[in-house]
Amino acid sequence: MRTEPGTPVTHRRPAPRHRLSRLDIKLSPYLYIAPFFVLFGVFGAYPLGYTLWVSLHDWDLLAEDHPFVGLANYSELLGDADFWNAVVNTLGIFVISTVPQLLLALWLANMLNRQLRARTLFRMGVLIPNITSTAAVAIVFGQLFSREFGLINWALDLVGIDAIDWRASRLGSWVAISTMVDWRWTGYNALIFLAAMQAIPRDLYESAAIDGARPARQFWSITVPMLRPTIIFCVIISTIGGLQLFTEPLLFNSGTNPIRGGPTRESQTMTMYMFENAFAPNFNFGYGAAIAWMLFALIAIVAVVNVLIIRRGGRST
Amino acid sequence: MSVFPIYWMFVVATRSSDAMGEVPPPVTPGGNLPGNVDNLFGNADAHFVTGLLNSAIVAGCVTVSVVLFSSLAGFAFAKLRFRGSNALLLVIIATMMVPTQLGIIPLYMLMTDLGWNDRLQAVIVPALVTGFGVFMMRQYAAQAISDELIEAARVDGCGTFRVFRSVVLPALRPAAAVLGLLTFMTTWNDFLWPYAVLNDPENPTVQLSLRALSNGYYQDMSQVFTGTAVATLPLLVVFIVFGRQIIGGIMEGAVKA
Repeated sequence: MRTEPGTPVTHRRPAPRHRLSRLDIKLSPYLYIAPFFVLFGVFGAYPLGYTLWVSLHDWDLLAEDHPFVGLANYSELLGDADFWNAVVNTLGIFVISTVPQLLLALWLANMLNRQLRARTLFRMGVLIPNITSTAAVAIVFGQLFSREFGLINWALDLVGIDAIDWRASRLGSWVAISTMVDWRWTGYNALIFLAAMQAIPRDLYESAAIDGARPARQFWSITVPMLRPTIIFCVIISTIGGLQLFTEPLLFNSGTNPIRGGPTRESQTMTMYMFENAFAPNFNFGYGAAIAWMLFALIAIVAVVNVLIIRRGGRST
Repeated sequence: MSVFPIYWMFVVATRSSDAMGEVPPPVTPGGNLPGNVDNLFGNADAHFVTGLLNSAIVAGCVTVSVVLFSSLAGFAFAKLRFRGSNALLLVIIATMMVPTQLGIIPLYMLMTDLGWNDRLQAVIVPALVTGFGVFMMRQYAAQAISDELIEAARVDGCGTFRVFRSVVLPALRPAAAVLGLLTFMTTWNDFLWPYAVLNDPENPTVQLSLRALSNGYYQDMSQVFTGTAVATLPLLVVFIVFGRQIIGGIMEGAVKA
């Protein structure tokens, strides 16, 4: 900072300056936060509320008027088999991607927390997947999981397992998509766990070691309980991300109508179903908006359930 | 495990398209990269060069804006006292929880009304501010800048903006760099919203070009992988140069959250 010692302070006319600076102190904070609130208001908050309004209408893109239909879109959704299929897919992919991902991240963080040579190199290694775009990941993994020439099937063949058609089976496509998600996010979560692990006081481990606790016991009795807030944080972040999956399944399914997630909607997620209805080919904004709100509700429910499970699990140990 | 798929991507990018069918699969680079790059840039469906340029423009604009506005707002929240600041900060944190999907349909309608469909500002303008950025800069400013420093500048007759420019901004530089890098990466990699609003195949972002490449009926996989490699390369370079700061930023942000 600059103090400018030569400036003659006393020669200023105090009155108007004073008033100006009072005004500055009072108003400028609002001026500084205004860009966020103006831009967010127009392009964030307004669409958010408007989605709810749209979802209460029969809002066809091509139609002249958009009659108010109340909750009709929602009740139609509840009886829509394709919608429930998308919900099941979303939850299925979410579970088989998030659970191994967080466990693996925890294990990885524990490894990285030891005194390793080339620590920075390892940390960069685990984060590299995260800087790769989802689109690139989906394309590369889509090829790794291809039926004829995929590396995965080739490796499975080496150990005597027949080629799996990852795209045609429901579970197969879930596993393939989950692998992409895990690959991209495990390292990121590991870094966050690692940061929290380094904040745990050393002497806790020292006294546990004196009491005869082995590393595994120390991990479950000290590290995991101390990490609980961070674990909750990661679970919530993964929930929000995992339930919104779109790019991976979309790019995994190529061909004529990838937005359907395969010929019989094997891996269509809720976001894809929203897209299919709101944009091409259906252009039914009202129905799409209703799906968007159902997605939001699902995220909220799953997040709350997760937090409850972690709270309870923590108490019993 | 974490690096292999990327390595594999670069290997295939340097080989002819037969490499995909070879048994066992090749694991060393070949000499076909120039040919693949020529094919890629000459591909009439992908508009790959336009995609790269567009992504650079979008990510550049968004990064500058996010860093500037986040620093300003973060400074205000951390160091200036004003009515309602706590409530407003809570609003900002809450915005981080809301999925993008929820606003996409009205946002699309809004863009149609503005006539911005298929134009880059449709991707740029909604991304100019992020709650995450404001929150991150507030956290950093709160602990990195001492109140005495600001008081001293005030006594010397600095207005708040002068204080921001000559005291706060230099002090925020490390956090601003990390925020800038993270913002650039996310924006460069973004897919969902560009996919929704940029429907003109001649004016894509680079991720949409990749999509166009990989979705054709005939796929030259070497060319596709060259595309993903070229699209990933800028971020990889940035990451190798600034990896330490980025990791530090992520880890630091995590502890405070």
